[in-house]
Amino acid sequence: MIESPSGFWGPVVWIITAVVALLIAYFIRSRGEKAHKKGVQSETFLMANPSLPEGKAHVRAHNIYWGFFEGLRKYYDPTITAHTGIVNDYIIWFIGVIAIVMIILFVSGGI
Amino acid sequence: MDKLLTHSPILIIAIPLLVAFLTPLIGRASGKARNVLVVASLAFVEFLVIILARDIYLNGIHVYALGAASPNLAIPEHFMVPVRIILEIDAMSIFMAIIAATVALAAVIYSLSFMKQETGQTRFYTLLMLLVVGMFGMVFTGDLFNMFVFLEIASIAGAALVAFRTRFADAAEGGFKYIVISAAGALMVLFAVGLLYAQYNVLNIGALANAMQFSMLDKIALALLIIVFAMKLGAIPLHMWVPDTYAVAPAGVSAILVVSSQASMYALFRVCFTLYGATLNMYTVGWIVIILGMVSMFVGVTMAIPQTDIKRLMAFHAVSQSGYMLLGVGVGLAVLGDPHALATYGREAMSGGIFHIINHAMYKGLLFLTAGALFYRVGHRDLNRMGGLGHKMKITSIFFIIGALSIAGIPPFNGFASKFMIYESVYQFNPILAVIAMLVSLITLASFAKAFQAAFTGPQLPEYKDVKEAPKSMLIGMGILAAAIVFFSICPGLIVHHIVEPATDALINQGAYVSGIMGGTP
Repeated sequence: MIESPSGFWGPVVWIITAVVALLIAYFIRSRGEKAHKKGVQSETFLMANPSLPEGKAHVRAHNIYWGFFEGLRKYYDPTITAHTGIVNDYIIWFIGVIAIVMIILFVSGGI
Repeated sequence: MDKLLTHSPILIIAIPLLVAFLTPLIGRASGKARNVLVVASLAFVEFLVIILARDIYLNGIHVYALGAASPNLAIPEHFMVPVRIILEIDAMSIFMAIIAATVALAAVIYSLSFMKQETGQTRFYTLLMLLVVGMFGMVFTGDLFNMFVFLEIASIAGAALVAFRTRFADAAEGGFKYIVISAAGALMVLFAVGLLYAQYNVLNIGALANAMQFSMLDKIALALLIIVFAMKLGAIPLHMWVPDTYAVAPAGVSAILVVSSQASMYALFRVCFTLYGATLNMYTVGWIVIILGMVSMFVGVTMAIPQTDIKRLMAFHAVSQSGYMLLGVGVGLAVLGDPHALATYGREAMSGGIFHIINHAMYKGLLFLTAGALFYRVGHRDLNRMGGLGHKMKITSIFFIIGALSIAGIPPFNGFASKFMIYESVYQFNPILAVIAMLVSLITLASFAKAFQAAFTGPQLPEYKDVKEAPKSMLIGMGILAAAIVFFSICPGLIVHHIVEPATDALINQGAYVSGIMGGTP
């Protein structure tokens, strides 16, 4: 158990709670429709069209969160552009940040 | 046993070093014997680290002076300052050594199968052992110049390992970038060490801390050391080499590189807390560390989401997670001069950050190993071309889920425990920082949900019908780290009270580190 300034974290308590919740969920599931059959009944219904062939039904990584990236285009465009992959740029960032930190330390009295 | 304990600090460095140079000899006779030697030596080193850790937690700092009549004779007779090569191991050093030994052992066992088809395996293990030497040396040394030397050993071995699979063009490019930024960084470290040595005529960290005058040159050295180590740990905006190198390195090496970066984080903390001191107002330096941490957290995670190379995605998450550690310890650094704030939330924030170091080493190591298992079976790292692999790689899927839930800070996993400590304590310092940290955790979950969905779920793809589960040794390697995660998740209090808090106190208590070397010398 970890105690914090305003509470505590006890994973065992959490696990016991989670197990109880799972048991309740399992109980509710067990009360469900017994006549359900595997096969046609478990297939995805796509507007009465035939199911997509294997390999076509999987949502690929580049399609996930498309809207998120579109919405944040103003953030992503410059951020991705800054990652040039050119090692010279890495060193420029390095020197630049050293200079900034030195100025901050000198101006503020630093230590 | 007592002798073993007395000499364990140097043995932990010397054994991997010896094995590094024995491997080419034994490898010529038998590949199997070489593999047994490498695994057995790292298992023995793990044992030594554990007995040394136990002794440090019971009896305090260990000092080991090389070449002295007695290993704990830090200052020779008739001398006022330490002149020998000295290892000084406190609770923070041994905390890092526990991480390094565990991840290195898991990664080497994993690599037995992962590297089986590669040529030049003997050279691989030699370099890997040298990387381990560099990491142990960095966290054990009590001497600033030797820290530079071990940083160089780790960097050169690391760059060679990143570029090891020369048949991939991006591996050579990654290795090149790593050696360029490492060389530039090491040069600056050497310059900073020179500035300090020119003023104080000593290189020992404890002796330097004792003599520190906080001159203009000291400020220059401080700025150089902070930024070099920030770059080596992958803090934004100095992180760009991280995805370029972690992604292309063999999976076992990526896991060890995470710990190697954490050794640089250790160096950053050692410089700030021990070399420059706890008795000063470190508010400005603390905020510099906090800002580096916040930017790393946010930009790291937002750059991770669009990635479609699974290891690049994980590498950006490594950057993001480093931000949590910098945030936690940075808050402690900022309030170091305020005993009330330090006691109320500063120490807790530091403990959260330090606990996150060991958690991150385990789950990020595990995630890199699972990504390596996918690469091993499907031959690429492209999430766009993966799918349905959970049907055939069930155990790897479970390991991935453990790592992903842990990194996303989902209860009851260990990632949640350390983030919980960081959120609660940082909130008292500045609520906005804690809110951003929580938001980053949410985006981390979204990112790993994407990776899991893309790689493991969905119908079984025709091109991967013949894919099999990862080989046994790779599963054992992943299993070691997964077991550590489960253990840390169930017993966070045990880890925090017995390993993390002593490490936090070791950083806060500069006087103990200095007197470990200088004794009663004023």
